[in-house]
Amino acid sequence: MDVFKKVPVREQDPQVRATNFEEVCYGYNAEEAMAEASRCINCKNAKCITGCPVNINIPAFINEVKNGEFKKAFDILSCSSALPAVCGRVCPQETQCEGLCIRGIKGEPVSIGKLERFVADWARENGIKPEAPANKNGKKVAVIGAGPAGLTCAGDLAKAGYDVTIFEALHEAGGVLVYGIPEFRLPKEAVVKKEIENVKSLGVKIETNVIIGKSVTIDELMDEEDFKAVFIGSGAGLPKFMGIPGEQANGVFSANEYLTRSNLMKAFDPNSTTPIFRGKKVAVVGGGNVAMDAARTALRLGAETHIVYRRSEAELPARVEEVHHAKEEGIIFDLLCNPIEILQDENFAVSGIKCIRMELGEPDASGRRRPVEVPGSEFVIDVDTVIMSLGTSPNPMISQTTPGLDINKWRCIIADEATGKTSKEGVYAGGDAVTGAATVILAMGAGKAAAKAIDEYLQDK
Amino acid sequence: MYPILEARELTNNIYFMIVKAERVAKNCLPGQFIIVRSDENAERIPLTICDYDRAAGTITIVFQVVGAGSLKLAQLKAGDAFHDFVGPLGQPSEFCKMPLEELKQKKILFVAGGVGTAPVYPQVKWLKEQGVPADVIVGAKSKSFLILEEMMASVAENLYITTDDGSYGRSGMVTKCIEDLISEGKEYDVCVAIGPMIMMKFCALTTKKLNIPTVVSMNPVMVDGTGMCGGCRLTVGGEVKFACVDGPEFDGHLVDFDQAMKRASIYRTVEGKKFLEAKEGDTHHGGCGNCGGDK
Repeated sequence: MDVFKKVPVREQDPQVRATNFEEVCYGYNAEEAMAEASRCINCKNAKCITGCPVNINIPAFINEVKNGEFKKAFDILSCSSALPAVCGRVCPQETQCEGLCIRGIKGEPVSIGKLERFVADWARENGIKPEAPANKNGKKVAVIGAGPAGLTCAGDLAKAGYDVTIFEALHEAGGVLVYGIPEFRLPKEAVVKKEIENVKSLGVKIETNVIIGKSVTIDELMDEEDFKAVFIGSGAGLPKFMGIPGEQANGVFSANEYLTRSNLMKAFDPNSTTPIFRGKKVAVVGGGNVAMDAARTALRLGAETHIVYRRSEAELPARVEEVHHAKEEGIIFDLLCNPIEILQDENFAVSGIKCIRMELGEPDASGRRRPVEVPGSEFVIDVDTVIMSLGTSPNPMISQTTPGLDINKWRCIIADEATGKTSKEGVYAGGDAVTGAATVILAMGAGKAAAKAIDEYLQDK
Repeated sequence: MYPILEARELTNNIYFMIVKAERVAKNCLPGQFIIVRSDENAERIPLTICDYDRAAGTITIVFQVVGAGSLKLAQLKAGDAFHDFVGPLGQPSEFCKMPLEELKQKKILFVAGGVGTAPVYPQVKWLKEQGVPADVIVGAKSKSFLILEEMMASVAENLYITTDDGSYGRSGMVTKCIEDLISEGKEYDVCVAIGPMIMMKFCALTTKKLNIPTVVSMNPVMVDGTGMCGGCRLTVGGEVKFACVDGPEFDGHLVDFDQAMKRASIYRTVEGKKFLEAKEGDTHHGGCGNCGGDK
């Protein structure tokens, strides 16, 4: 074995998987995991831990994997993360733990994400669940949103003995894990539901179909329902559109709508009653992970699929692995081009997307080179479906109905980075509702920090 | 689960149900809506709130069967339960935020078309409870399509019924009735029109001519109803708005009805439905009224 290289992970053949919704990556088996774990040199000053938003003791759990002590490895993961099977699949490890791995200087870093996934999957397959704490303090805490931030915060507070209820607006818990990230990247029944069950087995209650700010306000929760503290992890919000002509045509969707139909409502499944457009040719506008998810979903639903992105490949915000998988599956990347109009036929249906070529100029505020239009370079891609994946703006429902809760000029909730504390006493916030659209693991980190702060706040109450 | 306490067909595929949903009943206001799912594989269907009883913790819904989804709802009986029932969604009507003294100065006309009578009722009722009288026009295709007449009569100051075929009440479209009332000497400061898109469009054109500010309630296709999907977007005064979080009520003189109707056409016209069936392929499960999936 070459110690400079990761033990390769088995994946579904690109040609085959392009036509199904089964998981792309098969993950390691025990033998492969132990071999990969042996590449970890168990650094005294382990940089990987500092790169992890929830500070998992990475060398310690990997050491247990190396010894074949998978239960012990799972216990170490569980100290820091409520959703290891999710994180092992969707974290951007290359910019976090693995990005700081000493092995990565001379060769490839240790495959920390795949090892985390292996341990979590092993625990699930062997029926191992975290246990509810023996001592409860009876203090009630409300968590708004059953996504990564809320589940993490709720799990940690339950472990500390609190009586935690999560309020979820949709009919199913999971947030972006169920409505956003597709089945082929994160299986819903096998993985997400089980991790949510684990959070529930800590004693957390989940009430679905409750929209905070509409069904009940934060003030009512605190004044009438006796919740002593509230954590807001309500997620990203409203999808953005470009504001170009033709955007209201039939066949233009936000990535949120397209993915929600396919993932949450399972439109791809014949047993579901929710329909979805099966375009012949689809353009997905944007270059983030959500764009890759939408494109790979459209591809699986049978479309020739294009990613249309205004910068070059180097600037794609999506994870390298997602871009790589998308390319393998046959997604066409139309880079350095920007839509200027959506063309429609006499029935108000999309018939094409008119784009203009771009070139990279001077760096902008984000440090990335600013794309500028190449005059006269307009061209049309014939498509019948356009999916806009341009990010989101915050949902106003909670901020509008919670007096004393301050928001910033982007309408995100203002919260202290280290504690999640907001301007309103007893109310904490974290995840996309605070930062704008980011990653699952950053939201989990914020949920974790807030749980600690809420515990400290309620100790004196 | 959300138990159904009462369920019956009002007329011609229009159904009436009373549902136990305590959180919704506690905080809902006129103008808002709910989303239901009949079972765990069902579509999310947005429906208007027709009435609410805070003490009993119940919501009354009235809906018309238009596709496979609503047909499934209609098959539920008293004693059954909805798998999901979420709300209240959307913004309450403008009145609810207005100072009462100001509101009492207003001469208000409601115009209800067809099943749009259901969401008009709680608004008129709420106003009556505040001591604010309001006139109501209810339009229906013919006498047999008329719903909630007695309920509406009990809350409206004056109720004017008009049928397209003249089989009951006045004869003609609601727009004619508006014009007739004005020429009979009635005066109104504000009009609220709720019904089929085409009716709201022509009401708005009529009231624009008569210089009466007009509110309409939009019900485009949506998935989550919380602002997440953007499927319900429409253009109002040149700006893109989401019916679920910014609406459902908008200034009728600013709504781009032609665009909204084109967006809705794939669900409502024969050509549109054929188009939809072709586009959705094997994920098409009815809803088009065309393929038999509805039956």
